[in-house]
Amino acid sequence: MQIYLPIADIPVNVFLVLAMGLAVGFISGMFGIGGGFLMTPLLIFIGVQPAVAVASVTTHVAASSFSGAIAYWRRNALDSTLALTLLGGGIFGSAGGVALFTWLRALDQLDLVIGLSYVTLLSVVGILMIAESVRAIIRSRQGKPAELRRPGSHVWFHGLPLKLRFKRSKVYVSAIPVLAIGFIIGFIGAIMGIGGGFLLVPMLIYLVRVPTATVIGTSMVLTFITMASATVLHAATNHLVDAVLALILMVGGVIGAQFGAHAGQRIRGEWLRLFLGLLVLSVGLRFAFELIVRPDDLYSIRFIGGEP
Amino acid sequence: MKIVLAAAFVFAGALGGAAPAAAERLVASLSNHHVMITSNYTGVELVLFGSVEGDTTADMRRGSYDIVATVTGPRQSLRTRRKSRVLGIWVNTASRTFVDPPSYLAVLTSRPLDAITSAENQRRMQLGIADTPLPELIHNDIGEVSNDPFRAALVRLMRERGLYNEEPNAVTFLTPTLFRAAISLPADVPIGSYEVDVKLFSDGTLIAQTDSAFEIVKVGFEQFVVNAARDHGVLYGLATAMMALLTGWIASVAFRRD
Repeated sequence: MQIYLPIADIPVNVFLVLAMGLAVGFISGMFGIGGGFLMTPLLIFIGVQPAVAVASVTTHVAASSFSGAIAYWRRNALDSTLALTLLGGGIFGSAGGVALFTWLRALDQLDLVIGLSYVTLLSVVGILMIAESVRAIIRSRQGKPAELRRPGSHVWFHGLPLKLRFKRSKVYVSAIPVLAIGFIIGFIGAIMGIGGGFLLVPMLIYLVRVPTATVIGTSMVLTFITMASATVLHAATNHLVDAVLALILMVGGVIGAQFGAHAGQRIRGEWLRLFLGLLVLSVGLRFAFELIVRPDDLYSIRFIGGEP
Repeated sequence: MKIVLAAAFVFAGALGGAAPAAAERLVASLSNHHVMITSNYTGVELVLFGSVEGDTTADMRRGSYDIVATVTGPRQSLRTRRKSRVLGIWVNTASRTFVDPPSYLAVLTSRPLDAITSAENQRRMQLGIADTPLPELIHNDIGEVSNDPFRAALVRLMRERGLYNEEPNAVTFLTPTLFRAAISLPADVPIGSYEVDVKLFSDGTLIAQTDSAFEIVKVGFEQFVVNAARDHGVLYGLATAMMALLTGWIASVAFRRD
């Protein structure tokens, strides 16, 4: 069944878009990521203009992560103090990111920077996650206790002042690294047009040592707040949010996220991190492939005014 | 009454006598002048039909007519970019800006253009895609660039998207004077007004010309969404964000398992 998208100006198959929403929603519910880095390339692939895709995906991610956040909240598996502290840093990060975005666009090099950021970030994060989770899996196979806090794991910033106790996550750390992480996520999110969940989750796990159980719910709270504000900002500034497209995506997305959240709770933490690592790395390699391999067509056209 | 009629006949006769050698007139119309985009829109096909009319049969050059119909969509500037390899990665390194080229261009003819009229005439009357001017922005000037690979790439990419078409046998003559042609508009054609220019050729010379137009518009819900997004961006954004949160909440209630 075809339906015409009023802002994207193309007809799409409802069931195809619904299925994409379901699949990405499942993954986002399972790993506690927004899924923007998966959904945006998929939409561009079916013919939606990149700018409309980015703007509409933020709405989809807001819905998907909100339903996920509620599911985790019911299980008492989120840390609202941690989420609010991260958000505090995130607001400043977004402002900085938007400023850099505008500057790069003026230099006409935004596309390249986005492509390179995707490759670098996704590959590095993917490889790190795979390496760590494989080590953890091997350790548990050998019968050693897996998730013990190693004595040497106290990094320099654990000595910083302004210590806060995040009760739900059972961590007692300085607010400074948490705010810094929020800032980095907001900054990168504004430039790459993503919620940043796939970066936030490993950062919280490895740097702040938040347990896997609460990290996903917390990440979802942060994601839905930033993505809901991004929807309003996108709609107010460049009028490219396609509500019809977003609605189809989010109906699929929220249903998928529910099943994903249930599945995620049944899988062991290290395996979950291994799968997420593989997923992140493969998307990164896909972007690298595009940059390195000679394109079929060296030329491309772009309507001026249709896209920012 | 009879006198008036008689006078009209005399007048018409006098006009006919004074007209140039080519006495044919061209009449053309479209099956639809308003293409409405609704939620089930997946592209549309319009029919251009028309006839060649002469005052007397003696004026008619039976069977030797040719039609060239040019459909031009709304104009929008675009940029053609070329990638090249820099430090091992492919980057857009060169680009040309085309000033207001047609976003849709279809040249429908009854025979291949070269068989209808001379290359000189094609160039002069800007018939066919090759002879359609596509001015570029050169520094601060606007001008045509001959043999430009960027122009060739633009035409090729627009053809691939079904937005530029040259169809040598699209116009069919049902009788020696009655013709029809199908204008197929793909689903992603731009919104706006389209001009249809119809030219009648005989023995390589232009003998008559007419034009028509149609419009592609969004209606109903689609129009409402577009207006809301454009004119009330903040409200539209807030409403969309609320819709997202509501959808998320409904899903979590519907799928509650504990």
